[in-house]
Amino acid sequence: MRVTLPISDAMQDASRAMQVCNACRYCEGFCAVFPAMELRREFASTDLTYLANLCHNCRACFYACQYAPPHEFGINLPRTLADLRAETWEEYAWPGFLAGLFRRNGTVVSLATALGIALLLLLTGLLRDPAVLYGVHNAPGAFYLVIPSWAMISVAAATFSFSIVALIAGAVRYWKGTASGPFPGARAWWRALVDVATLRNLGGGGDGCNEQDEGFSQARRWLHHALFYGFALCFASTTVAAFYEHGLGRLSPFPFASLPVLLGTVGGLGMTVGTAGMLWFKIAADPEPGAPHLLGTDFAFILLILLTAVTGLVLLVLRATGAMGTLLAVHLGCVLALFVVMPYSKFVHGIYRGAALLRNAVEQETALRES
Amino acid sequence: MADLTRPYDVLVIGGGNAALCAAITAREAGARVLLVEHAPRAMRGGNSRHTRNLRAMHSAPTSVLTDAYAEAEYWDDLRRVTGGATSEALARMTIRASAEATAWAEARGVRFQPSLTGTLNLSRTNAFFLGGGKALVNAYYRTAERLGVDVLYDTEVQSLVVEDRRVREAVLSSKGFPERVRATSVVASSGGFQGNIEWLKEYWGEAAENFLIRGTPYARGRILRNLLDQGAASVGDPTQCHAVAIDARAPRFDGGIVTRLDCIPFGIVVDRAGKRFYDEGEDLWPKRYAIWGRLVAQQPGQIAYCIVDAKAERLFMPSVFPAIRAGSIGELARVFGLDAGTLESTVKHFNAAVQPGRFDGHVLDDCATAGLTPPKTHWARAIDTPPFLGYPLRPGITFTYLGVGVDECARVLMQDGRPVENLWAAGEIMAGNILGKGYLAGFGMTIGTVFGRIAGREAAIYARHTSHQ
Repeated sequence: MRVTLPISDAMQDASRAMQVCNACRYCEGFCAVFPAMELRREFASTDLTYLANLCHNCRACFYACQYAPPHEFGINLPRTLADLRAETWEEYAWPGFLAGLFRRNGTVVSLATALGIALLLLLTGLLRDPAVLYGVHNAPGAFYLVIPSWAMISVAAATFSFSIVALIAGAVRYWKGTASGPFPGARAWWRALVDVATLRNLGGGGDGCNEQDEGFSQARRWLHHALFYGFALCFASTTVAAFYEHGLGRLSPFPFASLPVLLGTVGGLGMTVGTAGMLWFKIAADPEPGAPHLLGTDFAFILLILLTAVTGLVLLVLRATGAMGTLLAVHLGCVLALFVVMPYSKFVHGIYRGAALLRNAVEQETALRES
Repeated sequence: MADLTRPYDVLVIGGGNAALCAAITAREAGARVLLVEHAPRAMRGGNSRHTRNLRAMHSAPTSVLTDAYAEAEYWDDLRRVTGGATSEALARMTIRASAEATAWAEARGVRFQPSLTGTLNLSRTNAFFLGGGKALVNAYYRTAERLGVDVLYDTEVQSLVVEDRRVREAVLSSKGFPERVRATSVVASSGGFQGNIEWLKEYWGEAAENFLIRGTPYARGRILRNLLDQGAASVGDPTQCHAVAIDARAPRFDGGIVTRLDCIPFGIVVDRAGKRFYDEGEDLWPKRYAIWGRLVAQQPGQIAYCIVDAKAERLFMPSVFPAIRAGSIGELARVFGLDAGTLESTVKHFNAAVQPGRFDGHVLDDCATAGLTPPKTHWARAIDTPPFLGYPLRPGITFTYLGVGVDECARVLMQDGRPVENLWAAGEIMAGNILGKGYLAGFGMTIGTVFGRIAGREAAIYARHTSHQ
């Protein structure tokens, strides 16, 4: 069987690394990448793409590697797979002509953030009377005095549904491009879901990730959980709030003790702690196993989430003051930017990794049945 | 930071598993310890960085070992592979002490794998390090540093000044600068001499130029020779080394596990004249794995070629370099620079001698040749299905057997049988006391762990008593 010719540098690196790793296999206890590798002898580019997205970047294999630099084989699997992952994002982006947004992604996401905030500030400043914009509003419907309900809903609906469509299209393209075999059954879905929910593969075989050196820590896993579940709680908060407004006819702002505010507060705090911690790790981490040219992508996206969470929390605290109008504009500017860039930012790592975990669940089940 | 102006309680020479076990044990006993590693930090750990497991006695299943592995069976295995080239007292002591090795290591940060997949299923007898030997080495260095062991990298201990059966001083080269250090106790755990091609040449002549060293280039045997020159008792045959046939394209040093080839039982092996020279199917591969290094070393040019066909391709573990592929035997011969006619004739005669049988790669099957010299006694199948795959082979040296004699307290003995008062040895530098010949998977790490702990303990006790005097 002929192996598909590798194309990019990252693909060639990954192909060479797999030759070494599959003959060594010392890392097989660390995560799902190595058992998946052991099911193969040849690595087509689609296999390498799959393994790259399966990698959670815990870095345990780098520090354990007897072939890491300065060994002449120079194996640096976390970096190689991170580079290859980034190529995946570009390759499977939909619509294709927007794939280039991944190339200077730090700039793209930063610009989108700045534009989102500027746009909201400008529009509110132009369309709203300063007396209203800088006034104090407490009554139900206060937020809609700053930005009309119809505008908020239509812009949110348009951007969010476009992002969802783009993300699903990317996932489908990825799945068709890398997977073969039967459609995953319920057990595979469940297994993949548990892997996503627990970040089992960010565990380095039980003791967590490597950050600054050979020491293991669960910190990054917990920070990602804080971010992930914080995001989920904020999403839940928005959903409940929408139900209150359109189902129950109760208009925001809701009291501090209400469900939407509680969910949003806890979620916002989780996102703040999670992103701040992850930023710290990005700065303090050993650069050796990292992928330097992806730092822009990482920083811009994490900062955007942090900014969204922090502006949301500040808005909550100061919503009864004259700063509410401006803060709402800034916060919604961040949210708008987040929705718009979602399919063209680091956010997609979750989509492709989820798909890789699903494929992994299918093939491990098949392997178990066959053995 | 290491301070060489003050004498240390314990100086540990070397930076692999045995050295680390000694340093940690001595430090835990309260000694002021300096560990001196020749390699830079990134390449620290000697041959331990290439290891994968240790062999441990156990009477019941543990979290990392299945079933049971009793002393009697362990001793039987050792006696069989060494052919008696062992010391029963030291061996049994090591075997018994191995029972607590995994727990001791785990308490000092080493992690083990729950179980193992792959071709060699050793999880009954051997506990596998999660992430392999370098992960173990990393864990031990972290523990040593946390405990306050001083570590010097890029520093070679060049000689020990032994006077009146006492080590007075150690002469160092630290990042190229000459240094001297005094220590009450000294642990020599600096490995064998397999990284020293010049020394190998003393026994193997120019052939040693064609040897590949599977592990660290820093195992130069400098302290081993220094001690032997000063009258230390020697054990193990100096001419012997553990050698396996590895991919000839491997790097000169540090190729490690990935260059090993497991294809030999499923094909034929020819020398550079294109002729077979040994029964490739003599016994199960784990039992014959370690003779092929010597066999290849004995061939002209220290090179051989293993040839299999498409039928065999998936029967063995993948190795790091892709096989040379060819549509015909003649084409393969041309790629390897062999005489095509001779190789074609070797394969033709081999194929003609293959008798019918039921092939089974996992047992000693009945597929053999008839009327062929040398015969192939198992797994003999005609090499007739293209593409044909070839691997060039060279001797890959794992370790040497020569060492210094020790007593059961790991103390180094002189030729007259009396010990050096303040010198202990652990690891490959003394493994020949117990493993004088042959090989038992994971036993080197067991010896290193057991003797490292004994040496560290004894060295610390001696230092404490001496300072109280």
